[in-house]
Amino acid sequence: MSESIMINIEKLNKSFGDLHVLKDIDFTVKESDVVCLIGASGSGKSTLLRCLNFLELKDSGTITLEGEVIEKDSHDLNEIRQRVGMVFQHFHLFPHKTVIQNIMEAPMQVKKISKKEAEEQALVLLDKVGLSDKKDVYPSKLSGGQKQRVAIARALAMKPDVMLFDEPTSALDPELVGEVLATMKELAEEGMTMIVVTHEMGFAREVADWAVYMHDGKIVEVGHPEELFNHPKEERTKSFLDSVL
Amino acid sequence: MDILTTFVDTFPMFFEGMLLTFQLTIVSIFIAIFIGLFFAMLKISKVKVLEWVADLYIFLVRGTPLVVQIFIFYFGLTSLNISGFWSVVLGLAFHNGAYIAEIFRGAIQSIESGQMEAGRSLGMSAGLTMRRIILPQASRRALPPLGNQFIIALKDSSLASFVGVYELFNIATTQGSINYDYMTYLLIVAVYYLVLVLLFTVIVNLVEKKMSNSER
Ligand SMILES: Nc1ncnc2c1ncn2[C@@H]1O[C@H](COP(=O)(O)OP(=O)(O)OP(=O)(O)O)[C@@H](O)[C@H]1O
Ligand SMILES: [Mg+2]
Repeated sequence: MSESIMINIEKLNKSFGDLHVLKDIDFTVKESDVVCLIGASGSGKSTLLRCLNFLELKDSGTITLEGEVIEKDSHDLNEIRQRVGMVFQHFHLFPHKTVIQNIMEAPMQVKKISKKEAEEQALVLLDKVGLSDKKDVYPSKLSGGQKQRVAIARALAMKPDVMLFDEPTSALDPELVGEVLATMKELAEEGMTMIVVTHEMGFAREVADWAVYMHDGKIVEVGHPEELFNHPKEERTKSFLDSVL
Repeated sequence: MDILTTFVDTFPMFFEGMLLTFQLTIVSIFIAIFIGLFFAMLKISKVKVLEWVADLYIFLVRGTPLVVQIFIFYFGLTSLNISGFWSVVLGLAFHNGAYIAEIFRGAIQSIESGQMEAGRSLGMSAGLTMRRIILPQASRRALPPLGNQFIIALKDSSLASFVGVYELFNIATTQGSINYDYMTYLLIVAVYYLVLVLLFTVIVNLVEKKMSNSER
C-alpha cells in the first residue's frame, strides 16, 4: 500500500503559561485514516486538535501537512485552515444566517466563488447531511443533531483535506447522537481523513482505523480500536477504559 | 389659553429650531458611530498601545463636562474658520463617540468566542470574521443602548445654545427674555423635545423589531 501521509507531528509542545498541556507529541495520520482520540478531561485532546488547525499556535515541534512543514511565519494560516475543517462540540453556527447562508458564507467570502455556485454546492451538501428541507431556516429552529450536521456541511463546503471533530456528539441528547455519527460514518466511507475526539466507543470500533489514548499531555498508546479497547498494553489505558466503559 | 396661542404663534420659529436640533443630533450621532466603532476596535485589539489610546480618549470625555468640551471645540474650530454648527456637531460627536465605543465594545465582547473560532476555522481572516460574523450580531445587541444614547445626545444638543447655535433651547431662552416670560417658552420647548424623543424612540423600536424579525 502506498498511502500518503496527511499529517505528521513531531515533538509538539504547547503550554498555557505554566501549564504544560502537550508534551512532545509525535503523531502521524495517513490519507483517508480515521483516528479516534480518547483520554480523560484535561489531557489535552482539544488543544491538540486546535494546534492542528492553528487556532492555537504551538510552542515548539513541527506540524507537517501533506508533506509541507507549516509555520506561522512562512504560511498564510487562513489558507491552511481552509484545508483543515473543524467541527466543534457546541456547533458555533452563525445565528444571524440561515442554514444555507451558513454553508455559503466562507466559500463566497474566502474563495470568492459566485453565489450561484456556492448555492449549488450548499444544496448538495445539505442533501448529503439530510437537511435539504431546512435550508432557509435559522439555526435556532434546529435540534442539536441537525445543528451539528449543518456544522459538518459548513466545514465541508471549504473542501478540506482533513476534518477535525472535537467531541461532536457530547452536547447532544442521546437520541440525537446516532444521526450525527451516521453522517460522520458516511464521510469516513467516502475516504475523508478524520481525527475525532470522542467517547463513543461504538463509533470508534466500527469506523476508526486507529484509536489513540492521551493522558496528561502525552500519547500513551496507539492501536487498532478493537485491540486497544480489548487488550490495552498500558496500565493507564486500561484504567481509563475501565472508568469509561 | 395664553400658552396655546403663543404655541401656535411661535410654531414656525420653533419648527425651524426643531429641524436644527434634529440635524445637530443626527449628524453628530452618525459621526459618533464611526468614532465609536473605531475606538471599540482599538479597545479589543489586544495591542497595549492602541488600548491606551482608546482609554485616554474615553477618560478625556468622561472626565470633563460636556459643556466644556463644546466650548473647546467651538473656540478651537471656529478659529479655523469652521462654522458654529459644524464645530458643535464635531464636539457632540467627539463626546458621544466615547460612550458609543463602550457600547460597541460591550456588545462585541458579549458574542461568544466560538463565533470567531468558527469563522477562523473556515479560513476566514480575523477582520473578515469580525465584519461578517461578529459585528452584525453585536450591532443587534448594541441597538437598545445605542437608542438610549441617541436620546441623550438629542437632549445634550441643547448645550449648543451656549455658543450661539439657534436651536430649540436657544429660541426658548431668547424668546423668554424678549417677552419677560421664561416659563411659557420653556414649557413650549419641553413639548418639542418630548415630541422629538418620542419620534426617536419609535424609530429605534421599529429598527429593533425589523432586526429581530430577520433572525431566530
Ligand atoms: N486557552 C487556554 N488557556 C489556558 N489553559 C487552557 C486553555 N485551553 C486549555 N487549557 C488547559 O489545558 C488543559 C488541556 O485542555 P484541553 O481542552 O486540551 O483538554 P481536553 O482533553 O480536551 O479535555 P476535555 O475532555 O475536558 O475537553 C486543561 O487543563 C485546560 O484547562
Ligand atoms: Mg476538549
